[in-house]
Amino acid sequence: MKQKQYAEGALPRTRQRKITSTLLTVALLAALAAALYALDTNASSLVLRIVRLCAINVVLALAMNLINGFTGIFSLGQAGFMAIGAYATALLTIPAAKKAMIFMITPLAPPLDQLTLPFGTTLLIGGLLAAGAAFLVGVPCLRLRGDYLAIATLGFSEIIRVLITNAQGLTNGAQGLKNIPPNATVWWCYGTALVVVIFMALFTTSSYGRALKAIREDEIAAESMGVSLFRHKMLAFMLSAFLAGMGGGLLAAFNGTIGQDMFRVMQTYNVLMIVVMGGMGSISGSVFAAFVVTIGQEWLRVLDGPMTIGPFHTDGISGLRMVVFSMLLLVIIIFFRNGLLGTKEVTWASIGRRLSAMAGHKRKEAAS
Amino acid sequence: MREKILEITNATMQFGGLIAVNNLTMHVSYQEIVALIGPNGAGKTTAFNMMTGVYKPTSGFVVLNKENITGMRPDMIAQRGMARTFQNIRLFKALSVLDNVIIAQHLRLKSTWPGAVLRLPRYRAEERLMHERAEDLLRYMGLWDVRHEVSASLPYGMQRKLEIARALATQPTMLLLDEPAAGMNPAESDELTGLIRGIRDHFELTVLLIEHHMDVVMDISDRIYVLDYGNLIATGTPEEIQSNDDVIRAYLGVDEDEA
Ligand SMILES: Nc1ncnc2c1ncn2[C@@H]1O[C@H](COP(=O)(O)OP(=O)(O)OP(=O)(O)O)[C@@H](O)[C@H]1O
Ligand SMILES: [Mg+2]
Repeated sequence: MKQKQYAEGALPRTRQRKITSTLLTVALLAALAAALYALDTNASSLVLRIVRLCAINVVLALAMNLINGFTGIFSLGQAGFMAIGAYATALLTIPAAKKAMIFMITPLAPPLDQLTLPFGTTLLIGGLLAAGAAFLVGVPCLRLRGDYLAIATLGFSEIIRVLITNAQGLTNGAQGLKNIPPNATVWWCYGTALVVVIFMALFTTSSYGRALKAIREDEIAAESMGVSLFRHKMLAFMLSAFLAGMGGGLLAAFNGTIGQDMFRVMQTYNVLMIVVMGGMGSISGSVFAAFVVTIGQEWLRVLDGPMTIGPFHTDGISGLRMVVFSMLLLVIIIFFRNGLLGTKEVTWASIGRRLSAMAGHKRKEAAS
Repeated sequence: MREKILEITNATMQFGGLIAVNNLTMHVSYQEIVALIGPNGAGKTTAFNMMTGVYKPTSGFVVLNKENITGMRPDMIAQRGMARTFQNIRLFKALSVLDNVIIAQHLRLKSTWPGAVLRLPRYRAEERLMHERAEDLLRYMGLWDVRHEVSASLPYGMQRKLEIARALATQPTMLLLDEPAAGMNPAESDELTGLIRGIRDHFELTVLLIEHHMDVVMDISDRIYVLDYGNLIATGTPEEIQSNDDVIRAYLGVDEDEA
């Protein structure tokens, strides 16, 4: 028999179910914490890098999913917002003595040259600055439609790079910044990712999140039902930029050095690939795809090295893995337009349904 | 005389060289059911779009509950109590039936977004109320059994009903229905007639509807306005309209020289 088609999150939840899923979530988090602890103490630094990068990509993917997936606005400005957050965190965490050494051509403008702040604070400041930039960009851009908005936000992202290159006394220009303290520990990365996941879950299921989905589904209908398009798009755009700024800050601390070339359009595409693969409008999809893509990209690194395939030998084609990954993205877009999960979420209830369906199937097989 | 809820004065809508609505003056009074009819392309939907802010009239005024709403954005007009349905159904397709109706109450929400994210007591109370109101509406409209289904998967007649439920969820004083019976079978459209009357009484609404089904129009309307090529060619009670020569000519499409 054909199963009834249920919309996302539509099944009624009893109190019993709620308690069960809360317990399961707590258990999952405890297991995750234990696994991270084990990795943190035992794993090689290379493995730890990948593990931490996964969490940073979760933050970045969710930031982009909020605007591109949930609100249906095709923005390509993320690298710009990340750059703002990354430079903010770098400038506010590098110790004063090291700053004097880094800024050799033009000294860093006061009071930044003496100022250092706790890492968490700098992440928030980076996020707030990115959100401020989003406001300035959003005022003219969010009134645009479709492709025009994509191009305008892409332009903004490039402008940020030009500004970084030229604001020597603030960003050290083309030389970039180094000696950024390695604050992006496993705990900071996963702590931030967890907070962002929880925030996204609460926000997207709130009345405001529903309004964003309404805009995605049909702007004219949403507006006619009283949803102010500009205010809600701006809210989504600024929140997305805030999260991207925090992700950029984490990335700066993770890398230790940053430069304007880190924030090219390629960076935006990289995150877009995760979002599309996981499903535009699915939080669990983005989380899952962040891990798959991050680990996959490391794994495919062999492609960039020297290879011998039959009679052919190369000394390594740098960028080959990106070609392979871009092709994967194309395949996903062409054949699985909704990504792994579409707009659906993996919840305990959905896993339960799936399991009981499988059990029912088995029973039927046994009976026949 | 009852007070006028919606009043349009000398409204004109011009698209380039085409005058879609020409100098339209009409009104709808408290708890009236008024029909706007006319042949295809007469300018009926364009008139709705002017009233709801989708288009800004080239000239003229729209007044809702004594407030001049000419040129306001659609969301501002919805806030002020005007709700509508769409001729070519515009549901939030991928979302559930229930969500469609809950979303339409967002405009009445008082909580801020941080309050919503933190699930503060006030927000939770508002959310509960939105759910209850949505459930009441779905029961009233006969959509209770399909509330968890994706709205795009509903049969046509039910989608039209959901459009009405969604419009009602905004808590309007003025309801505009653009061809609510389009695509419905005779039984369904018959039921719709009773439903619209019931809605008017139950929610103390004022209704303006566009409709091609003449049996529905004649049965339900207190008064009728007739548009043809953007011009108002007749207005009156159903009896008056049925015997109006201009209307008959417009509908039969008889040319002057042929007649
Ligand atoms: N945005 C627009 N731009 C240009 N012309 C338009 C626009 N909207 C409507 N029109 C034109 O205005 C005229 C009236 O259209 P409208 O949709 O109001 O007719 P209608 O009376 O609702 O017809 P129907 O019964 O077919 O729904 C038509 O000639 C249509 O092509
Ligand atoms: Mg029409």
